Amino acid sequence: MVNVNVQGKKYPATNPYLVGREKIREFAHAVKSTNPINLDVFAAQAAGYTDVVAPPTFAVVIQERSLATVLNDTEADIDFSRVVHGDQRFIHARPIVAGDELVSVLEVASVKSLGAHSMVTFETKIFAEGDELVCTAISTLVVRGGE
Amino acid sequence: MTHINIAGLEVGQVIGTTEFLLTRDSLVRYAGASGDFNPIHYRDDFAQSVGLDGVLAHGMLTMGAAVQVAVDWVGDAGKVIDYGVRFTKPVFVDAQDGAVLVVTGKIGEIDAENGEVRIDLTAVFNETVVLGKAQARVRL
Repeated sequence: MVNVNVQGKKYPATNPYLVGREKIREFAHAVKSTNPINLDVFAAQAAGYTDVVAPPTFAVVIQERSLATVLNDTEADIDFSRVVHGDQRFIHARPIVAGDELVSVLEVASVKSLGAHSMVTFETKIFAEGDELVCTAISTLVVRGGE
Repeated sequence: MTHINIAGLEVGQVIGTTEFLLTRDSLVRYAGASGDFNPIHYRDDFAQSVGLDGVLAHGMLTMGAAVQVAVDWVGDAGKVIDYGVRFTKPVFVDAQDGAVLVVTGKIGEIDAENGEVRIDLTAVFNETVVLGKAQARVRL
């Protein structure tokens, strides 16, 4: 069982993540994007961006860095082998663009029990330099109980 | 800066349908790009050892592909300002044939005042809807 006492717990900011142009292209190809704004620097600049723009779900890469901290936290006691992704949402204040240097701060928004299972909702705020909020990623994991 | 005139849109209007072929190659590629190397997404023996019928696609791959219907319609990936889904059913990816995901986008809500539209996405695999409440809000 997930420790309900970690509800409200905040985890320290991750080491800065530098968003690379080729990482965006790699991710865009992986999610089957053909949008030039993700792939073509000149198309992105013509649309008013400084460089290629990340696909709408790219923030998961940043979120995962914060989640890894929680999954390694013995106080939270989350058995990763029993985790199923329940839902996911990304709210963007602005798109992530190549060249951004991002840090994320995760808070355990809620821990709920459903019989033997636990549902844990995480809220990860992703900031660019100067504490500019770029994206809020909300993720719920279902942790199956033991037999 | 888009070609879409919000006044000409109607709730319920279909904005597009795209068929995505997810193969084992797609899963390996997504694993590398995202950093999610859970072996249930590339090893049948491991998937079966945890009670699954076989290798399944990353939920985040299904989510990431599905939103492309909205991105293609609006023409700019940076205009998707809010996107959420529930992962309701697994997408099993056959080693030879892969899995075909068919995604349809419809206008769910029009907010003319703010120039925003909600796109409701339906992602179907094997005649089953695999994402719940898949909604992308786009700024026109």
